[in-house]
Amino acid sequence: MDAIVAQSIAEYPDECCGVILGPIGSDKPIRHKPMINAAASPTFYEFDSKDLLNLYREIDDLDEEIVVVYHSHTETQAYPSRTDIAYASEPGAHYVLVSTRKEIAPENEFRSYRIIDGVVTEEPVQIISEF
Amino acid sequence: MSKAIIEVRIPTILRPYTKNEKAVSAYGSSLSELISDLDAKFPGLGERLLENGELRRFINIYINDEDVRFMGGLSATLKAGDSVTILPAVAGGCN
Repeated sequence: MDAIVAQSIAEYPDECCGVILGPIGSDKPIRHKPMINAAASPTFYEFDSKDLLNLYREIDDLDEEIVVVYHSHTETQAYPSRTDIAYASEPGAHYVLVSTRKEIAPENEFRSYRIIDGVVTEEPVQIISEF
Repeated sequence: MSKAIIEVRIPTILRPYTKNEKAVSAYGSSLSELISDLDAKFPGLGERLLENGELRRFINIYINDEDVRFMGGLSATLKAGDSVTILPAVAGGCN
């Protein structure tokens, strides 16, 4: 979590993004992999198309899956936007949002959601040091 | 000209169309023909890949290692042994 918050601050004012991977079926976010925001935008993120293909090849080879997809919102709350909901395409993933807006400290805005068929369900985030 | 058999890798979100198969075979000498064949075999799948006859902006399709947007899009040519991968873009934003 610290690494994600640090990335969100380092890449501000652009949105940052990445994934946390884990063994298939484990639902355990083990391996953090920051991704480049190909859109390089304060209001939009998108994984680079080549990076996306390489990511899926890599996790296929390692029998991993995407457990968490995260990105930052730079000036708005850590809640999925209409765009986030429209493009959420991993029904098994936890969608984590971190907000870097200044009026709220980032540690207060690290939230996780399931987004399935356009329905958003917030879920609690529990911080642990390791599994 | 005989059409090439192409292996197509299907992302999780589209597997309900393919009876949960991760990879399927389809025919086509161009991406456009391949998508027509996929839609014939798995009705509804074509609609998830195309919008108004164009590739959807937030669906990425690769032939081997290359994004088809750099290969002529729907007119990209296919040959036997090519592998096609479909991946939804991972994208979003604050609006």
